[in-house]
Amino acid sequence: MKLHKFEKIWLFIGASMLLLTVIYSAFQLYAYADGPPSGRDTIDPEKVTETAPFDEPGVYKIDDNEYNVVMVLQAFSFNPGEVEVPVGAKVNFEMTSIDVIHGFQVLNTNINGLVTPGHIQTFTYTFNKPGEYLVVCNEYCGVGHQMMSMTIKVK
Amino acid sequence: MQKERLSVKKFLPSDPRDASISLTFLSVAFIALLIGGILGMVQGLNRAGLFDLPNWFDYYQALTAHGILLVVVFTLLFVIGYYYAVLSHTTGGLLPIVRKLVWAAFLFMVIGVVFVVFQVLAGTSSVLYTFYPPMQASPWFYVGLIIAIGGSWLAALGAFIQIYTWKKANPGHRIPLLTYFAAGFFTLYFFGTIGVMIELVMLTRWAFGFTERINVMFQRTLFWSFGHTLVNTWYLTALSVWYVVVPRVIGGRLFSDTLTRLVVILLVVLNIPGGFHHQIVDPGFSHGMKLMHGLMSMAIGFPSLMTAFAMFAVFSRVALHKGVKGPFGWMKGMPWKDVRFLAPFLAMVAFIPGGLGGIVQNGQQFNQVVHNTLWITGHFHLTVGITSVLTFFGAVYWLIPYLSGRTLTKKMNRLGLIQTWAWTIGMVLMAFSMHWLGLLGAPRRTAFSTYGEHATAQSWSPYLLFLALGGTLLMVAVILIVYITFHLMFAAPKGVTEFPIALPTRNASVTPAWTDRWWIFVLLLIIIVLVGYVVPLVDLWHNAAPGSKTFITW
Repeated sequence: MKLHKFEKIWLFIGASMLLLTVIYSAFQLYAYADGPPSGRDTIDPEKVTETAPFDEPGVYKIDDNEYNVVMVLQAFSFNPGEVEVPVGAKVNFEMTSIDVIHGFQVLNTNINGLVTPGHIQTFTYTFNKPGEYLVVCNEYCGVGHQMMSMTIKVK
Repeated sequence: MQKERLSVKKFLPSDPRDASISLTFLSVAFIALLIGGILGMVQGLNRAGLFDLPNWFDYYQALTAHGILLVVVFTLLFVIGYYYAVLSHTTGGLLPIVRKLVWAAFLFMVIGVVFVVFQVLAGTSSVLYTFYPPMQASPWFYVGLIIAIGGSWLAALGAFIQIYTWKKANPGHRIPLLTYFAAGFFTLYFFGTIGVMIELVMLTRWAFGFTERINVMFQRTLFWSFGHTLVNTWYLTALSVWYVVVPRVIGGRLFSDTLTRLVVILLVVLNIPGGFHHQIVDPGFSHGMKLMHGLMSMAIGFPSLMTAFAMFAVFSRVALHKGVKGPFGWMKGMPWKDVRFLAPFLAMVAFIPGGLGGIVQNGQQFNQVVHNTLWITGHFHLTVGITSVLTFFGAVYWLIPYLSGRTLTKKMNRLGLIQTWAWTIGMVLMAFSMHWLGLLGAPRRTAFSTYGEHATAQSWSPYLLFLALGGTLLMVAVILIVYITFHLMFAAPKGVTEFPIALPTRNASVTPAWTDRWWIFVLLLIIIVLVGYVVPLVDLWHNAAPGSKTFITW
């Protein structure tokens, strides 16, 4: 099994590229704490509405320039259905589903993740531009899936 | 010795008993393609807001049926039909027991699919091709899938018996190269479907009410051990045509018998944990676990790099032989008017953006930009829709006449060229608009929606029109390929068609014997699967989130 010199060079460059993409991903993850949403906490999907903080979904100011947004997802709506946060504030989203799997995607941002019943999913983001951001459910959740949306107003 | 065997057998007609098996699989495959294709066009038009679906058959029913008919039925039947033709041709005819097994496989697969399609039409099971719990389909939907996949396992068993018997009867010979791909395919397919079979059994118990709750993330992880492996089995099949058939069609020889086998081995061994990259933005896994899987997914890219080199090496050699030189000289030496070359060639070209897209979206950060957007749909319409399926279409022009004892006429070849371009242009239009729409945030698997006339959603409109246009062109191409398939089966002039198999180069080195020791590769495959899945699955099971009851949201 002999490889031509050109093939060795080609495979070396190619394999290095593959490896570099993973290393770069790891660098962003560990150097900038920029990892994908990976909430590990669990919750009984039948008791969501009686478990804090999900018994009272909404926006909570927790610090000078930091907000918690607590959300409950269900077919086919987000609760709350509209959220308002200031420009430049750090926003921590915390959400779960009381029925099927949903998606949470804030358009024109990099917030995008899966929200499954039984797990609490988390996102952190700072909105630096004002505007009305469209949020859609991007995981098929039933006949009204295309209507499941909300807005985040950043002022 | 092996060379002589191949060159003698090359122009022999197929055994009619074996040919009828492959032709039956292929016929049903192309009927599924026709129905699934119509449903695809309907969705494209609906998504662009141009076409309203009736109440009794909504977008998600169409999407469920489109996914199952094309992702499971068309591809699987085509590939099994193809590999059984390969087995019959290269290992001296199918054994009687193998024929019985594959007919039984066909019967079970058809029965299973009828169960599934009936439930989807009845509206009880709009759960899409991925059937994520806690959405619950009719139990008969899951039972149908178990019957269909169980049936396909009989085809795998038949192939293993055939190959094992040949190997025993031909000590000292390497498994014929195309049959080597068959061995790789059925091995990967079998191990790749074990996870989903376990899932289906658990879902069936839950749907019948034997268990009350279901572990959502556990099931989802089992599903993706299968979902991505399945598409890679077709890619492996496309590679068999690229490596073995295409060189023959263009008048060349094999790149390297041993390296080709190494590509098969790597794809089979490394593959199954690759599916985890579908779960990069899932809850329930640590970043470190996701990173390890990022590396495991990326490893599958390596054999594709080998393939890229091999293909261009074969083209260059053929061109040099014909006396054309220069870095792009090979282009002059290729038979562009031969559809048996053009279709798989365009399929290879599509894998350049398709594969690169796969590499970037495997990164943890970029994945957050495109996860579950139309970008992903665009990605797999390039890789599956062009790379795999256009290669299958390209095989129709020699495989079906070989099986039916007919010939490919110039007229059919010309129609084939039109079909190939129509399919490619349609797919490119559709796939590139999908990629762009994904970057603009348009979600996948979503019926037409303006989201309350939101400005962001309105910015999608022009690209959605391109998507619909591409979908319509694809429908034309589907009708053409179905016509061509059945014409070559029943109406083309009678004659003997070659099963094109390239020979090794004259100075080729001997393929080492270890390449036939499949138990080593199966062992490695199992180790890789354990490395990838033991920790996350045990964690999801023992530290399980509270389970979910039934939800029917359609």
